Amino acid sequence: MQGIGVSMKTLKLKVSEYDIKVGKIFRIKKLTDMEKLFEIVLPEEENLNHLPGQFVVLSLLGVGEAPFSISSSPTKLGSFELVIRNVGKLTQVLHNLKEGDEVGIRGPFGNGFPVHILEGSDLLFVAGGIGIVPLRSVINYTIDNRREFGKVTILLGCNSPKDMLFSNDFNRWSKQTDLNFECTVDRGDPDWKGNVGLITSLIPGINLSPKRTFALVVGPSVMYKYVIRELLEKEIPERQILVSLERHMKCGLGKCGHCQIGRFYCCKDGPIFSYDQIKDIKESI
Amino acid sequence: MERYVVLEKKYFNDFISEIASERKVAAPVAKGYHQFAFEEVTSGDQISLDYIPTILPPKKYFMPQIETIATYDISKGQNMRRVVEYEEMVLFGVHTCDLAGIQCLNMAFSEHPKDINYNIRKNNIIIIGYECNDYCDEYASCGLMQNHLPKGGYDLFFTNLENGKFIIHMHTLQGEKLVKKSAFIKKADESDIESLNDLRERKRKIFAKNEVPIEYEKIPELFDKVYDSTIWDELGKKCLACGNCTNVCPTCYCFDIFDEPNLDLKTGYRYRKWDSCQNEEFAKVAGGENFRPQRASRQRHRYFRKFRYPIDRFSRFFCTGCGRCSRTCMAEINLKETLTQLAKEQGMENPNAGYRS
Repeated sequence: MQGIGVSMKTLKLKVSEYDIKVGKIFRIKKLTDMEKLFEIVLPEEENLNHLPGQFVVLSLLGVGEAPFSISSSPTKLGSFELVIRNVGKLTQVLHNLKEGDEVGIRGPFGNGFPVHILEGSDLLFVAGGIGIVPLRSVINYTIDNRREFGKVTILLGCNSPKDMLFSNDFNRWSKQTDLNFECTVDRGDPDWKGNVGLITSLIPGINLSPKRTFALVVGPSVMYKYVIRELLEKEIPERQILVSLERHMKCGLGKCGHCQIGRFYCCKDGPIFSYDQIKDIKESI
Repeated sequence: MERYVVLEKKYFNDFISEIASERKVAAPVAKGYHQFAFEEVTSGDQISLDYIPTILPPKKYFMPQIETIATYDISKGQNMRRVVEYEEMVLFGVHTCDLAGIQCLNMAFSEHPKDINYNIRKNNIIIIGYECNDYCDEYASCGLMQNHLPKGGYDLFFTNLENGKFIIHMHTLQGEKLVKKSAFIKKADESDIESLNDLRERKRKIFAKNEVPIEYEKIPELFDKVYDSTIWDELGKKCLACGNCTNVCPTCYCFDIFDEPNLDLKTGYRYRKWDSCQNEEFAKVAGGENFRPQRASRQRHRYFRKFRYPIDRFSRFFCTGCGRCSRTCMAEINLKETLTQLAKEQGMENPNAGYRS
């Protein structure tokens, strides 16, 4: 009698959705005690060709895979950047890697911000905490294509001044005369001279033309409800409020089920949703 | 033109042995305690034709519990060798509920981006369906889900007639080839077709009334109303979060991906493994937030994934009515009871709801 597995055949696949590209870590920069920035170069400096707001699945064979937002703009050619917080098994191993080490990359995945639909509109960016990581991609994209957009306002909220992730970018943005950059911290320190308070406190003071404004909001899930309330108060239309939702993404292909929000797969239909898409889905925000 | 042939029952063992001499054959086998499982067989006498839904549905052949998707050797860098493991086999004796389950999986894994591993495996399995002439037990709701009669999804379909024969519907060319080369297969005559029609007519009467007092068409509307129902809290209090219901479900396909290094710590393999939305960690993200921390919210999610979400995505229910989740639940959470309670709560109960076509 034939046993199970005797007739099992193994076929080598030429293409697979789980295929990885080998990326080389070109640069590592420590941003805070918890976060490091990894600049990654694909073979032959091939561009990742992502949209701002998309993510990649990074893999280390023998350790596993995890999804990470892409933090650099697609206008940066030849390499891309991920900002990774040391919170789990894979990220701990990643934090111990050195420049020149290799990682596996799948993606980019997800829908990304509809940057071409945003052209011609005013943009209001609202970043809470680590939400600045994906938002930095679309902010720098906007700055590199500044002519195509109307008024640009960036609101940033952090726990405390030492949690500021991208001080170089923030310095540059605050000096740029063609955009309005405001920043607040929940808790100040003796050297802090800026605003203290929640990010929602910055919104009422912003001068905007609601009908021609798209708001791009990324932050921890508790933030959305309160920020969206303020934005609706400002009469920004529901379909012009774009959020990036965080869920447990695993396969990135809309199959494995972990990231489901109502009828949507966050990894495939999202992670960017307009408020009118998700307002009736009770488990969304 | 419907194409039918017949097999006399006395030749059934020989027919199965004949196929098994060429290909692996898996079929329902009795495991004792009124439990059945799909297993490899070499002769017809090992098969339990009169069986209730197997412990695990046939999905285990289409998406194995553990499935290698790549092998690697890190001494050669971060490259991996993508693989698919598959078997050429015949799956015999699949009930109409499980045929519907396979059709659901086909949809999920054929949606862009297509899952290559699943599709290669699927294309190497010949499916032979087998008709139930009556209810298997009180847990089944195949009448409600309209899966009590064959609706495709098979290469061949066997019906056990009362005239000492199986009548076989040849649905595909691949199925036709399989029976055409057998010496035991004969042409169906008028009386065989008549016998089949009589049987189907009797079946329509047996399955005439829905097992749950609600119209099939109204289920999505019901679920649009019940997200905040307290019935989910009742389920949450009972549920043990063991994940049995999703493991035995013919349409649950959630999985996780892991790496398993070999003892040399250089080589290893990457595999997919069944996961369950009932596990506490399922919707938890790296930062620690859990989007479905209560058992009630996870049970609700399971029901919505059967009766509401797939309507938008695939225009069909992902419940086949097989009854496995209720049969296996240690806490006695019963799908038919839950649906009845929800219908009552929303005033959508219709005691005469039933299959009318």
